[in-house]
Amino acid sequence: MSAGTVTRPVTIRRVIGSEWIKFWTLRSTVAVLAAAMVGMVGIALIIGFNTRHLSAGLDPEDSVQSATLQGYYLGQLLIGALGVLFVSGEYSTGMIRSTFAAVPRRLPVLWAKLLVFVTVTAVAMISMSVVAFVAAQSVIGQSRQSFSLSDPGVLRVVIGTGVYLTLIGAIGAALGWIIRSTPGALVAYVATILVIPVLFSTVLGDWGKEVAKFLPSEAGASFSTTLGHLTGLGPWTGLAVMVAWVLAGLAAASILLTRRDA
Amino acid sequence: MFRYDAAGWGNDACDAFVIEARQLTKSYGEKVAVDDLTFTVRPGVVTGFLGPNGAGKSTTMRMILGLDAPSAGSVTVNGKPYAEHRQPLSEVGALLEARAVHTGRSARNHLRSMAATTGLGRRRVEDVIELVGLHDVASQRVGNFSLGMGQRLGIAAALLGDPKTLILDEPVNGLDPDGIRWIRNLLRGLADEGRTVFLSSHLMSEMALTADHVIVVGKGRLLRDQSMSDFIASESSDVVRVRSPQVRELEVLLTAEGAETASPVDGTLDVRGLLTDQIGTIAGRAGITLYELSTQAASLEEAYMAMTADSLDFRSASERGSATSSITDAA
Repeated sequence: MSAGTVTRPVTIRRVIGSEWIKFWTLRSTVAVLAAAMVGMVGIALIIGFNTRHLSAGLDPEDSVQSATLQGYYLGQLLIGALGVLFVSGEYSTGMIRSTFAAVPRRLPVLWAKLLVFVTVTAVAMISMSVVAFVAAQSVIGQSRQSFSLSDPGVLRVVIGTGVYLTLIGAIGAALGWIIRSTPGALVAYVATILVIPVLFSTVLGDWGKEVAKFLPSEAGASFSTTLGHLTGLGPWTGLAVMVAWVLAGLAAASILLTRRDA
Repeated sequence: MFRYDAAGWGNDACDAFVIEARQLTKSYGEKVAVDDLTFTVRPGVVTGFLGPNGAGKSTTMRMILGLDAPSAGSVTVNGKPYAEHRQPLSEVGALLEARAVHTGRSARNHLRSMAATTGLGRRRVEDVIELVGLHDVASQRVGNFSLGMGQRLGIAAALLGDPKTLILDEPVNGLDPDGIRWIRNLLRGLADEGRTVFLSSHLMSEMALTADHVIVVGKGRLLRDQSMSDFIASESSDVVRVRSPQVRELEVLLTAEGAETASPVDGTLDVRGLLTDQIGTIAGRAGITLYELSTQAASLEEAYMAMTADSLDFRSASERGSATSSITDAA
């Protein structure tokens, strides 16, 4: 028997290795991640170029610290879809049965997927957020006063934008585990981050606005942006609330994962 | 490639290389998919799991792998529930009915991702690719594969961990005649090495060629658990075909002797329960002219269809089957 055929116990490290291979060997995954990265920088450059001159007609939102990071609107759709697909793609193709045949305890798969996803998106989106900010500010700096990373509050929103995208993607992944169908999980994700907050804050009056502040995307925005209309909670409270949502989603996902038939 | 260390093959070890289901039951609301199945799949032989589509074969296999939880009862593989094995891929290699592969990944990368969970390297991946004959297409996306190539990939994945037990759900589906012969020989070789091989099929004809032992289910219930040769002996009852200008008269006489008769064509009688000698003698005594008196082997396929068509049908079929064989034995 050749050495290459000796199996070894399934450990979390080996499952992470397996998920790492899975992440990088799907064209769709890599393409969505690349689109989010390019989009972040591209949109920052466009905003920077269009707002390089302060004029009377300029939206005040376009002159705050996080103005050039508004690519996160697109980014959260792409990264959320990435989180959903990384999980639901296994269910829609039947791959999940192979996965659980190899790792029948199941939960290591959830944690390994999360770790791979969070690591890759955090590295990609935090670095792109920094690149997007610096590039756009250098465009603006040729015409008017621009922000630098050392200005008050700037590092928080720049890194915070990458962190926000990572956390919102983790919510997508949790929805993928919970709902399992790709279209279902995508709809739930868009509803969670876009539709429900708008419903609460516009249709349901003052108490609805109060609730909306605590929803994941609004809470997250309060630490990742300095946009005026998105500052319901303090930045650190907002981050804590968003992390709590992620943990709640993962807890629900892990309970369902061990109880349901695959 | 598939040799185990001799140390692993004592009799004690062999006893542990089994799939054991005890009162295994799975229900979805009102519907009972698997109903109180108790059986043991032993090493060293190919065990067929036979039943029509919807009989509960796939559900049973999913429960063996821990993908579905039983509603009642239990199933163990090599002494433990599947999920408790620390190196599951070396215990059980499974090919599940529909493709269990992400269509966007290449065959090689699919196998690499599975191999990584248990510390197997690229070399083992290349070995199984070679073994199933997918070398030329291993870099292509699985979504472009034909059904037969998909089955070969599933078999490659099942063999990755050099498993003691193989569970294959409808493995010949989509394979061409060469592929079918290939898998038959492969499974035979694996069983001869002392492995447990458990494969399902809805085709009696395929099973008769491949399996040494057969477990038959219908509507989730166990109908048979016996060696293939016993199964064939008990289920293939001979039919005697008689052609005569006086079939009606003859039919009355034969029925009086306890035979079952049917008349597929005018002037022809299919007789069950009497042998040619007996029928000839009866006809001779009554002065009935015979044009033809010949034995027709009933197809095993028909017997199996009758057995599994319905649980009520099964009872009458089994009674008929045993009545026929006792007459045959007596003669």
